[in-house]
Amino acid sequence: MTAAPAFTAELHGVSRRFGAATALDDISIVIRPGVMSGLVGPDGAGKTTLIRLLAGLLDPTAGRVTVFGQPATRADRARVGYMPQRFGLYEDLSVIENLRLYANLRGVVARDQARRFDDLLRLTDLTGFQQRLAGRLSGGMKQKLGLACALVQTPDLLLLDEPGVGVDPVSRRELWRMVQNLTGAGIAVLWSTAYLDEAEKCDEVFLLSEGRLLHAGPPGDLTADVAGRVFGLRSPGQGRRRLLAQLMDRDDIRDATIQGGSLRLLMQPGAAPPEAAIPARPRFEDAFVDRLGGGPGGTSALAETYPLIPETGAPVIEAQGLSKRFGAFIAADNIRFDVPRGEIFGLLGPNGAGKSTTFKMLCGLLTPSSGTGRVAGHDLHHARAAARQSLGYMAQKFSLYGDLSVRQNLNFFAGVYGLHGRARRDKIAQMTDIFHLGPYLRQNAGALPLGFKQRLSLACAVMHAPPVLFLDEPTSGVDPIVRREFWSHINGLVQKGVTVLVTTHFMEEAEYCDRIQVIYRAAPIALGTPDSLKSDAAARTGDPDPTLQDAFISLIEDHDARRARTGDAA
Amino acid sequence: MMAGRLWAVIVKELWAILRDPRARIILILPPLMQLFVLGFATTLEVRNTVIGIYDRDGGAWSIELAQRIAASPNVAATLPIFSAADMRRALDRQQVIGVVSIADGFSADLAAGRGAEVQGVFDGRKSNAAQIVAGYLGTIVADLGAELQVRAAPTASVVTHWFNPNLQYLWFTMPGLVVIITTISGLGLTSQTVARERELGSFDQLMVSPLRVPEILIGKVVPPVLVGVVNASIYMILISQVFGVPLTGSVPFFYGALLLYLLALGGVGLLVSSLSQTQQQAFLGMFLVAVPAILLSGYASPVENMPPWLRLVTEADPTKHFLIVSEGVFLKNMPLWDLWSNTWPLAVIAVVTLGASAALFRARME
Repeated sequence: MTAAPAFTAELHGVSRRFGAATALDDISIVIRPGVMSGLVGPDGAGKTTLIRLLAGLLDPTAGRVTVFGQPATRADRARVGYMPQRFGLYEDLSVIENLRLYANLRGVVARDQARRFDDLLRLTDLTGFQQRLAGRLSGGMKQKLGLACALVQTPDLLLLDEPGVGVDPVSRRELWRMVQNLTGAGIAVLWSTAYLDEAEKCDEVFLLSEGRLLHAGPPGDLTADVAGRVFGLRSPGQGRRRLLAQLMDRDDIRDATIQGGSLRLLMQPGAAPPEAAIPARPRFEDAFVDRLGGGPGGTSALAETYPLIPETGAPVIEAQGLSKRFGAFIAADNIRFDVPRGEIFGLLGPNGAGKSTTFKMLCGLLTPSSGTGRVAGHDLHHARAAARQSLGYMAQKFSLYGDLSVRQNLNFFAGVYGLHGRARRDKIAQMTDIFHLGPYLRQNAGALPLGFKQRLSLACAVMHAPPVLFLDEPTSGVDPIVRREFWSHINGLVQKGVTVLVTTHFMEEAEYCDRIQVIYRAAPIALGTPDSLKSDAAARTGDPDPTLQDAFISLIEDHDARRARTGDAA
Repeated sequence: MMAGRLWAVIVKELWAILRDPRARIILILPPLMQLFVLGFATTLEVRNTVIGIYDRDGGAWSIELAQRIAASPNVAATLPIFSAADMRRALDRQQVIGVVSIADGFSADLAAGRGAEVQGVFDGRKSNAAQIVAGYLGTIVADLGAELQVRAAPTASVVTHWFNPNLQYLWFTMPGLVVIITTISGLGLTSQTVARERELGSFDQLMVSPLRVPEILIGKVVPPVLVGVVNASIYMILISQVFGVPLTGSVPFFYGALLLYLLALGGVGLLVSSLSQTQQQAFLGMFLVAVPAILLSGYASPVENMPPWLRLVTEADPTKHFLIVSEGVFLKNMPLWDLWSNTWPLAVIAVVTLGASAALFRARME
């Protein structure tokens, strides 16, 4: 025996295939004790497969997975804490009963349990909720309880599979802090995430894309690649979208995105930035896109063929005091806003805050308890069918028919929206062309690569050329290239006069909005452009350059603090 | 416009049935398997039985009787029994389904021209089979008696079974089986359809489209109805050609009633589906409906034997009505008027269930 290795776990030349699909391809990484390692990548990159290999739940097709010096399948499970995407909480048991159950399963002796539970409950802020049923906890609290259960016995290796999914930014940040504190005790942590801003905060990052390892090492190493090449360009107003498309098409610009009233540019190595561009701090996403070979072009073939939506002068989407009650529970309370033609309007809020309820009322999926909504001039109550004909809808989850072929999906949605015969054939041919669906027409939609599912969903939503688009977290979990391509189309459509309502808690999506309505605890708490929300936050917190995420968190914390004060006064 | 949208839904639903591997299996395999397996399993004949013979007489006629029993095609073997305890044990261990106990003096009584007695003891745990075997044995004993009393006036009544003169059990079971299998596959398909959309996440996508609720529901009912018509046609051909059950009644009328029956089933299936959040719930819900529908239909036990309040309930069971139509068309050449009296309730049930499912569908949207 040689000296104890300096790492907790290791993957050496590991590949894993499922049938014909390769989930992981020749991955070699090392996970060290006391280090917060981030496993970063879009959905379908192979993150879960890698974690399951480390947890000893899967065998690699090729290569070696070593945990504590043993093959992972034979490693001492008592020393591994594993939190799968949906942690197996017993919803009908209380918080403390869940903890006790996992402690007993893990063989934690009874006399140690009480002290351990106290520590964990304090760590996760759940002390006041011990008797609450797990099923009654919010998404963030459930994740915290899951984490506590994974920690009933202090592990040497903690594997967390997307603990931030379905958790609002505030809880996500708290969860992050808790886990980060654990590394101080020498625990090796692997935190998997699709949020690239989280990657920046890790000690070490493994960047996965389509099963391949793009980067392993400190995140700074990766962003160092793009240092000096990232710039901001002020361009407020509607003109920024046209400018963005032009810049994305240029050869000397590797990537361009919208950040509120500015554009963010990543230049090709050696290329000179445009005039008036100000150097910006490189972010992980810049580096990721750089590694992927740069962003897509900015011209939207879809927008070019789209009819111009005429200006009527009236607001296109109107929410007039929309409220929704489910029994005694108020899901949305007096939501009120107008969206003019050609604007991207964002609904932002933590889970369960009421943004989805508002969204669903406006696209006719829910009937408001009071208030009215209008879409393209059609009252949702009295002209439901006309309102629906004028909107295109894209859900957060792929929600077309997976068992039907791409062509059958296109046929169906064309037919449903009233396209028939020649008009339908022409439209489908056009969509096939624009979204490069040709080779996939006969394939089942469910088996498409993620990026093509995204394209097909958009194609089905816009075939009838609606003047209004409803997007529900349209690009959550997709890789940054696909997201850019998607928003290029949306930007193009907006220039043709299409009005867009989008719900999201992805800040990258929110940056594309003209205006954002922040909804919290069923009520609107702030409305403004991304820039004004950021500058308000800067004034409030003193942070000179807050991200939209920071602004959002500060808004919510501020609101909670004010509620607490008025609550005390009362 | 409306027709175009409806057509799009129907095509989509047809593809959904034909391309979903699970739905495809529900479609083809179980119905055919059921037809053959149930066709031969729900036999009403009892064969391969073992009968105990407790012969306390030991005379010429008791041996004659024992031999006649052993020679019956329905009896595989006889087991000699020598004491009452023996008889109890043989029945208790299910070695025999029944015992024929021949009293002491049986042959002597017969030879003297007096009446003689034979006792049958049967296993009450298998009451149905035991009854049938008792019938067989009764016939054998009666035959023997008849031969002996040629001189005496025959008093036994002669039984004729109309519509099924040879009492072929397939004639009886097959027309019922068509109904049962159509019921299960029809409910199976429609009960999945809305729940599947909910589970796959396409439900919201459907609801934000300009489709109206009736268009969605009609679009979802038509494909299972088509499948039901095709399946039932296959059974009709199989039953009349392969199993040799006579098809005496009006085939066009049968198809009309079938159509109404499938619509009624569709309504029930959509009700189940609208109530279910997942396909699994829908599957369980389907059984919750299918089992009582079949039990109350009169397929397993005659409706006439049910208590009056339950008979009232069966009026709401579409399976009961269509079972009468099916049996009427196959065996009885039932007059159209009688058929009609069992067909219009199907139309009423279809209208009610489809209407209810539309209302529920709207309500469950929230």
